[in-house]
Amino acid sequence: MNMEVYLDNSATTRVFPEVAELMTKIMLEDYGNPSSMHFKGVQAELYVKRAKEQIAKLLKVNEKEIIFTSGGTEADNLALIGAAMANRRGGSHLITTRIEHPAVLKTMEYLEQQGFRVTYLPVDNTGRIRPEDLQKSIRQDTILVSVMHTNNEIGAVQPVAEIGALIKRMNPRTLFHVDAVQGFGKFRIFPKKMYIDLLTVSGHKIHGPKGIGFLYVGEKVKLHPIVFGGGQQRGIRSGTENVPGIAGLGLASQKIYENLDEDTERMYSLREKLTEGVSDMKNIQINGCPGREGAPHVASISFRGVRSEVLLHALEDKGICVSAGSACAAKHPRPSETLKAIGVERSLLESTLRFSLSLFTTEEEIVYTLHTLHEIVPLLRRYSRH
Amino acid sequence: MEFKAFLLKYAEIGVKGRNRYLFEDALVEQIRYALRRCEGEFSVRKEQGRIYADVISETYDYDEVVENLKRVFGLSHICPMIQLEDEGFEKLGEKIVTYMDEAYPDKHLTFKVNARRARKNYPKSSMEINCDLGEVLLGAFPEMQVDVHKPDVMLHVEIREHIYVYSIVIPGPGGMPVGTAGKAMLLLSGGIDSPVAGYMIAKRGVKIEAVYFHAPPYTSERAKQKVVDLAREVSKYAGEIRLHVINFTDIQMYIYDKCPHDELTIIMRRYMMRIAEHLAKESGALGLITGESIGQVASQTTASLLVTNEVCTLPVYRPLIAFDKLDIVEIAEKINTYETSVLPYEDCCTIFVAKHPVTKPSLSIIKKHETHLAERIDELVRTALDTREVIVVKADR
Repeated sequence: MNMEVYLDNSATTRVFPEVAELMTKIMLEDYGNPSSMHFKGVQAELYVKRAKEQIAKLLKVNEKEIIFTSGGTEADNLALIGAAMANRRGGSHLITTRIEHPAVLKTMEYLEQQGFRVTYLPVDNTGRIRPEDLQKSIRQDTILVSVMHTNNEIGAVQPVAEIGALIKRMNPRTLFHVDAVQGFGKFRIFPKKMYIDLLTVSGHKIHGPKGIGFLYVGEKVKLHPIVFGGGQQRGIRSGTENVPGIAGLGLASQKIYENLDEDTERMYSLREKLTEGVSDMKNIQINGCPGREGAPHVASISFRGVRSEVLLHALEDKGICVSAGSACAAKHPRPSETLKAIGVERSLLESTLRFSLSLFTTEEEIVYTLHTLHEIVPLLRRYSRH
Repeated sequence: MEFKAFLLKYAEIGVKGRNRYLFEDALVEQIRYALRRCEGEFSVRKEQGRIYADVISETYDYDEVVENLKRVFGLSHICPMIQLEDEGFEKLGEKIVTYMDEAYPDKHLTFKVNARRARKNYPKSSMEINCDLGEVLLGAFPEMQVDVHKPDVMLHVEIREHIYVYSIVIPGPGGMPVGTAGKAMLLLSGGIDSPVAGYMIAKRGVKIEAVYFHAPPYTSERAKQKVVDLAREVSKYAGEIRLHVINFTDIQMYIYDKCPHDELTIIMRRYMMRIAEHLAKESGALGLITGESIGQVASQTTASLLVTNEVCTLPVYRPLIAFDKLDIVEIAEKINTYETSVLPYEDCCTIFVAKHPVTKPSLSIIKKHETHLAERIDELVRTALDTREVIVVKADR
């Protein structure tokens, strides 16, 4: 019998019921515009304020430093374009890594077209950058370094605090941006202690709604807006605030950290069960950082001789949802740059699946998934293109 | 200026003999199908060898109507008309001056008035109307000139209960009304060629049914959705399409197990043709349609076509057989299927394709290898036919 198993939580997550409830109430009853002068507006403004407080408390930052955006992509765009444009006089050099999300990589490409120069740092075979590479790359005119906290495809976690300290030691004026879309809600992140100036977070990866995210912008960071209009959010991000989204994001953030240690511990052991469970099948490779060095929720597994798209649909047929590469790119499948960057051999690039867990994932689901994989993979290996 | 009616002219049907009414009725039905997709209400009528579509509703979208009428096979010309009340000749002259002024901002043109007096109690004869209206226009616009042989603008004035005026002629798609040439079964793959092939055959008046071979988990739900989307685009021209979705995976696997790998595609295609023919006969279709084009891929060499064709008793229509890819793409772009066709989902023909599939298969060898399938293939084909899904695809508003 089929059960529905959702193992694509790096693509998006199920919303906490309490979050959905809160948002419904706001949409149906407290639907005011925070900029309105009447009580409906005041009510709405309170929701925004409350969400800022919830988030600021978790990050140990000031509420004023939270700017809400339409999601992770916009927050990354605002961080990179906004900081590059505002700090042009200080130089035109930017640094990032080869395994960033397209929201960062494509924005860097755009900035290159605008005359900025970008250094792309390589990563080792666990997906981490080498501090010495970074050290060599930082120059007098380096205005910003952007490094993702947790990789979306392989779950590699960067030593963010160490990187932050290194950047500031090399050039105190260089800004440090961290894309924490996959890391927030899995790790404790404190921008002030980690020398982070800009931090991107998305709502729908932490059981919050889609279409909302935020950028932490350190008090002293100068940023040019990329969206112009009514001057909301101190003019950095115009547009009527997405009040239900913001309130949902605030509550989801709070909830995801409530039992963080317990939840991550459980995810680590389920992930371990999964990776150990597949290892008795022949010709399997686990990519990235296995064990506690990597993220608790992502397992990248290559199945030699099986095309990922086919395995994905075969699993889907049994009710199991996973992803080939990252979901954002998977509608137009092409070999993953991240997998290439960590040196996964060519023949495995199109044989790799990502299983991503959440705090809702159960042991029963992992057992069922393992059972199904053992059933399907040998069958699929029999029929191949050659 | 508001056009309240369209005169719809047809070409080829005009030459038909006693069965002409059948063609006209089919055309009227296709025009109604096209107009159902448009905002507003219309009535379509046949009158003295012409078809009129009147706008009944207060408002409608002119561009949308023209866009949809341009997809009705059988129409040669679409003429938007204004409708006037008969308030005497002087008023008519004034209104025609206004019409010409709005329709032709640049007055440096030659024209001819072509009146038709269907209501015989109108006080002027057709010739008189021609001359008198010509004079009125020349008086109003001195830059205009009359040319009775090759005018830039032919201004038609039809005197009936109302008076209809038209001069704009939009070319229609030509062809024959769908439904006048029987039915055929299209093998629709999701690629660029097959939707174009279906479109071309439909243009000759043939009603289309379609069959798609789905191979889960090797092909995805999105690949199937893509085929449905393509069928919907084609149905904007061809009318409603019944799409048969055949689960082909087990047949494919069985061939993979029993036959040489480099012959997989060709044998697979023979089974696709057999299944398509079975469906065709069942639904009364008189032929098959494929998007094959000589030499495009290994299974479309003349040798391969011979081998796949051999299983069919119905005629196989291959309208693209001598087309270059670029010419096919051009039509696909015109009928709006190209962008959907190039979405990168695998179809069942490519998933197990050998590195070097046979390009010159021998019929006798293929037939011999097919005997390896004897044990289960009939049962598998039966199951595939029995478990098919039928999707009725139509172009809704």
